[in-house]
Amino acid sequence: MYVAVKGGEVAIDNAHRLLADRRRGDRSVPALTLDQITEQLSIGVDRVMSEGSLYDRRLAALAIKQARGDLIEAIFLVRAYRTTLPRFGHSEPVDTGAMLVERRVSACYKDLPGGQLLGPTFDYTHRLLDEELEGDPQIETGAQRTDAQEPVMRVADILDQEGLIEDDGFIDPALEPGDINQTPTEFPMSRAMRLQSLSRGDEGFLLALGYSTQRGYARSHPFVGEVRIGEVDVEVFMPELGFAVPVGRVQVTECQMVNQFKGSAKAPPQFTRGYGLVFGQSERKAMAMSLCDRALRAEELGEDLVAAPQDQEFVLSHCDNVQATGFVEHLKLPHYVDFQAELGLVRTMRAEYEQRTGEAVLETREAAE
Amino acid sequence: MNITADQTARRDRMAVLARCSSQRLSALWAVLGLRQAHTPLRGPEAGLVMLRGRIGGTGEPFNVGEATVTRASVKLEDGSVGHAMMLGRDHAKARLSAVIDALCRNPETAARIDAELIQPIRRELDVADETRRQQTAATRVDFFTMVRGED
Amino acid sequence: MLNEATALEGGFSNPVLNAQSVFRAVMDAMAKPATIVEVDAVVTPPSRLDRAAGAVACALIDTDTPFWLDATLAESTALRAWLTFHTGAREMATCGDVAFALVGAPQTMPPLERFAQGTQEYPNRSATLILQVPSLESGAPLTFEGPGIRDRVVLAPRGLPQDFAAQWKANRKRFPRGVDLILTTGDAIACLPRSARLVEMEG
Repeated sequence: MYVAVKGGEVAIDNAHRLLADRRRGDRSVPALTLDQITEQLSIGVDRVMSEGSLYDRRLAALAIKQARGDLIEAIFLVRAYRTTLPRFGHSEPVDTGAMLVERRVSACYKDLPGGQLLGPTFDYTHRLLDEELEGDPQIETGAQRTDAQEPVMRVADILDQEGLIEDDGFIDPALEPGDINQTPTEFPMSRAMRLQSLSRGDEGFLLALGYSTQRGYARSHPFVGEVRIGEVDVEVFMPELGFAVPVGRVQVTECQMVNQFKGSAKAPPQFTRGYGLVFGQSERKAMAMSLCDRALRAEELGEDLVAAPQDQEFVLSHCDNVQATGFVEHLKLPHYVDFQAELGLVRTMRAEYEQRTGEAVLETREAAE
Repeated sequence: MNITADQTARRDRMAVLARCSSQRLSALWAVLGLRQAHTPLRGPEAGLVMLRGRIGGTGEPFNVGEATVTRASVKLEDGSVGHAMMLGRDHAKARLSAVIDALCRNPETAARIDAELIQPIRRELDVADETRRQQTAATRVDFFTMVRGED
Repeated sequence: MLNEATALEGGFSNPVLNAQSVFRAVMDAMAKPATIVEVDAVVTPPSRLDRAAGAVACALIDTDTPFWLDATLAESTALRAWLTFHTGAREMATCGDVAFALVGAPQTMPPLERFAQGTQEYPNRSATLILQVPSLESGAPLTFEGPGIRDRVVLAPRGLPQDFAAQWKANRKRFPRGVDLILTTGDAIACLPRSARLVEMEG
């Protein structure tokens, strides 16, 4: 039950003012610039772009600054901003095979065309805090090598040559992928729409679910076929020109997870694939996404549905952290009337309970005598 | 889709304009001295495009998420029409790019713009790409076989 | 490149404010069915389209709402280029699955039932038809009642299909499914949402 109330304007105004004050912190410390955030906290910026579902580094940096570094709050700000802009259309599907690769590793093949390219990775660091970074030390630019360049071939294409990996199936050129922004959620959801949902899903939630599949919940024997990070060209068809216009590049992380599959009534033994594609540099998210994608294909591949990561309704209804935080955090809003009703109910039940137990004690005593 | 040589040249120019920095573009434009009166046909206006990928990299398309873009269309006094669309929210750069596109409807002006504005920027962008490629290449693993086990 | 510029000129000069003002006019006209509302129609579409119809199209149609043109309007290449450019929407060849239809000659248009009617669950998935008529005041008077109408209201559009009355009654019977109409002429519009009931008049 809801009762409209009014009041608190002054308190709210002052709370906002206090928030601004605390956000700025000690005035003797220089204010953060957006350039500092985009350049030096770039992976946080990438997460806000990915889960905010909006590729715009500067807006994501502004959101992080405004949210005092609370990334879910920043994601919320970006999602809200998005709704204020008109949609001009959609891009041609990006070609991740033609990516300007900054990192590419495979766990399936040691020597593969293009090689294992480590790129700017945290892997192999010792996870020891570097006290030098308390200051602003001189940092060398990256080393360069000119003798080791060859096309970075997709691992899926290598596996495909043997025919041991599932192919893409028939692609209907007229097919328009559904858009979760514009279609009410209905299950079962197409794989295209599931991937859209996962791509903007909460990294922590997908990570935990992906982890659970490794530990035996919807086990799928995964191998990283390939993880690649880099920039892809974006093209948008403009009817007034009659061709697709290159509008710039975006950085994405792609993961092809390859899964051993012993076959089912619907498909022969082969390697199946789980796919992850997210904005920016986020290997953890892309890998977790590909594990979840594969788990959600259980029904399509004729596998038994035994665990939460295979349950579309469970995964897709709960992976969005803006929805999740909205529903969890709304509990702090006034529920005075609801609570009064519950309080009355619990008092009545308690009184009845005490009366019953009192009578029961009396009866027991009488029976004993 | 088949496009004509003319369209390819236009498209390549647009690719360079979309990626170059606003400052660099303005600087080279100022040197060219081709300032033109123009009227807006549409925009400049910021909006969204939905970025698409393909399932598994090569399969059915799906929507990944949106990106901000800015577009502009202008008409010059001689009636030439120019268009521009690029990632980000830089209205001035989109408008200038549309003016440049319109000017390039004239082959002589196009040749000058290509030589003095587009090509220098393209070279700079290519150098930056090559640097990144080489930096990535420096992180390539060269495996050495230490011991090969016998059956 | 003939007429490239003319085909693209004449859109909203200030898209946000222009679209808001036209949207407001359409909203008012929908809220008060069969009432003539002037639109501050700040567009100059290619000749076959009225300013009001052009303004309504620019305000309502966008990249997510494909549209259809009747034969009269589809004949004009300039108009098709203009609409695509200023709305960002795709033009479809058939009328059955579009969100908006622009009709230049309502007298010969396909029956209302041929357009998207929505579903019981999603009645909003229906078409809005923008019908350009020669006049809203000099035709045979039609009397309407229903939500948003105090007692009764009379509108006299000219150039509607011969059997419009029967078609509109059938449309009303499909409620909550059905199409909504925006009638335009010059700078004026009048709306007939599916909730407007046509009243049988004596004689």
